[in-house]
Amino acid sequence: MQTVVYDSSFEGFFTAVFEIYEYKIKDPDIQQQGAAHVSLFGGRHTVHTDIAKATRVIKKLEAKLSADAFADIYRVLLSEQPGMENVLFRYIQYALQAAQSVETDYSHPDVLWIRQVVRKMGREKHRMEAFIRFLKTKDGLFYATVEPDFNVLPLIRKHFEDRYADQRWLIYDTRRKYGLYYDLHSVTEVTIDFAATLNDKASLRTLHDEQEDLYQSLWRTYFGSTNIQARRNMKLHIQHMPRRYWKYLTEKLPG
Amino acid sequence: MSERISEKLTILSDAAKYDVSCASSGSDRKNENKGLGNASNGICHAYTEDGRCVSLLKILLTNFCIYDCAYCISRKSNDIKRAAFTVQEVVDLTMNFYRRNYIEGLFLSSGIFKNADYTMERLVLVAKKLRTEHQFNGYIHLKTIPGASDELMQEAALYADRLSVNVEMPTKESLRLLAPDKNRNDMLKPMRYIDKALTQNQEEKKLFKKAPTLAPAGQSTQMVIGATPETDLQILYMSHFFYQKIHLKRVYYSGYVPVSNDNRLPAMGTPVPFIRENRLYQADWLMRFYHFRVDEIVSPQEPLLDAQIDPKLSWALRNLQLFPVDINKADYMLIMRIPGIGLQSARKICEARKFSRLGMHHLQKIGIAVNRAKYFITTSDAPVLKDYQPMQIKEFILNEGSSKYKPNFSPQLKLF
Ligand code: SF4
Repeated sequence: MQTVVYDSSFEGFFTAVFEIYEYKIKDPDIQQQGAAHVSLFGGRHTVHTDIAKATRVIKKLEAKLSADAFADIYRVLLSEQPGMENVLFRYIQYALQAAQSVETDYSHPDVLWIRQVVRKMGREKHRMEAFIRFLKTKDGLFYATVEPDFNVLPLIRKHFEDRYADQRWLIYDTRRKYGLYYDLHSVTEVTIDFAATLNDKASLRTLHDEQEDLYQSLWRTYFGSTNIQARRNMKLHIQHMPRRYWKYLTEKLPG
Repeated sequence: MSERISEKLTILSDAAKYDVSCASSGSDRKNENKGLGNASNGICHAYTEDGRCVSLLKILLTNFCIYDCAYCISRKSNDIKRAAFTVQEVVDLTMNFYRRNYIEGLFLSSGIFKNADYTMERLVLVAKKLRTEHQFNGYIHLKTIPGASDELMQEAALYADRLSVNVEMPTKESLRLLAPDKNRNDMLKPMRYIDKALTQNQEEKKLFKKAPTLAPAGQSTQMVIGATPETDLQILYMSHFFYQKIHLKRVYYSGYVPVSNDNRLPAMGTPVPFIRENRLYQADWLMRFYHFRVDEIVSPQEPLLDAQIDPKLSWALRNLQLFPVDINKADYMLIMRIPGIGLQSARKICEARKFSRLGMHHLQKIGIAVNRAKYFITTSDAPVLKDYQPMQIKEFILNEGSSKYKPNFSPQLKLF
């Protein structure tokens, strides 16, 4: 077994795939730089991301896979699942040597695994689109902080860009320490060190628009009174809104 | 001022919540004017403690009403607090909730004050302001008021994504009994008018790309279940009529929540008929997505849906001669009719079998309810189960507990 180390970028991964073929590496174990898994035994090959090499692999794959299936590779790489690179590599091997398209061969364990991870990512993306709650600041910025289970910000970007085109907004992933910022023209990735401010609820409040509290409390009012007591079903409620998301939800926080 | 708004919101959302429709999908309004919002696949932004999806700000403009429908909490004779929003208040609430990502849009309904046109005019005005003054492209569902003029209907369709008239009572007789001021034709007339307008609009759109789209998410309605003695047969044939003849996009079934001591109605405290409601939704799905005909689901001999098992399983048990179905060969349309196999799984089966012959373990991995499906299929590896009688299969499946009667049903539950 040989450990193949890459820089965790999308292009880096495809460079790794290229070099495994190029150097005929047997039994590769692809790992990100700094990962704990780097094996003590066997060799180690370090990949230097090379756009030209990556592009060749991408071109080949695009010819073999549908646009959706290709995008799935990208989604899996954002999933941060241990071992994902190795599954993807086997899948790519399988796809490249097969005569027909293999992306719907659900009897193949790797195809099925990818499908399942993509679904999980899809679910988390969907939850973020549903559960993000913006707060409005005095200068008209709508901001939200999130801690998604996977790195889904790149996947929700378009949704928010399309929808909230006439307001400035910021969605910040406090776990991965970066955010998306929309300035009425375009979305950029930003890193801001404002964790300290975010933890200080009182000083945050002073930044808020004067009507922010009003609308939060109206939303809580609405959420409470739209419930039909005769139909109460907490199990279903929690199944749809798992507790770990409650911390974002205005309607679930005390006023 | 904020306290007053909050009180109005409490009263007018409380009165609106018995309308179970929450859908905000079916439209494809894009945000092309760099305004606010779009409408595509409706998102549930929250779930109430009763497990229902919250996707729209669902409120009444007012709960004052000149009518006295027995099943309605806003009926004239009911001694409750009344309130009315101004047009601007509804606009502000919608915009501010939408901007914070609380909702997908607005579902605005109303009690009837003064007369139909007066009420409808105000509903239309809210939608018009949102669209034209605020460049709001989120979802708007307007309740149309029976008896309002055609011009107002037309204008409503111009701004709204969806329009609905709730027939509430499945038959003329029940309506006469419980809503004596209402006339069934007054309800069907606007539905038919809108249906015509929408069809005409689609023709126009073919000719002139620029023609404005009328109510892209179409029409829907709601029937109250369990307040009156109709059978499932009557209810489902009614739905069938709505889907086929008026091209409604959705029919909602709302298990009656007792709101009155009126002796024409189930007493206060009578449990909401959740299971029946859920079975009706399942039957509705069979008609809309699984290509079942209504007479395959209910018949004069069996006018009620089986409460113990879902209507797809009961159809299969009545038609055992069609089974077992060969998973590796059968037509997609037949595969989707197998109990335990949903539309998605049916599609996956048809994809996956191009690569290899499928056995039970494949089906399990694909996510099929094998315990249920196994009585109805043959695969590459599993032995064909011996000939069981319908009652035996039903027993087995019920005892396995996968379909064990769960007391809590709602339209958002997994359907099969
Ligand atoms: S007309 Fe509508 S709001 Fe008025 S009592 Fe009848 S159902 Fe209720």
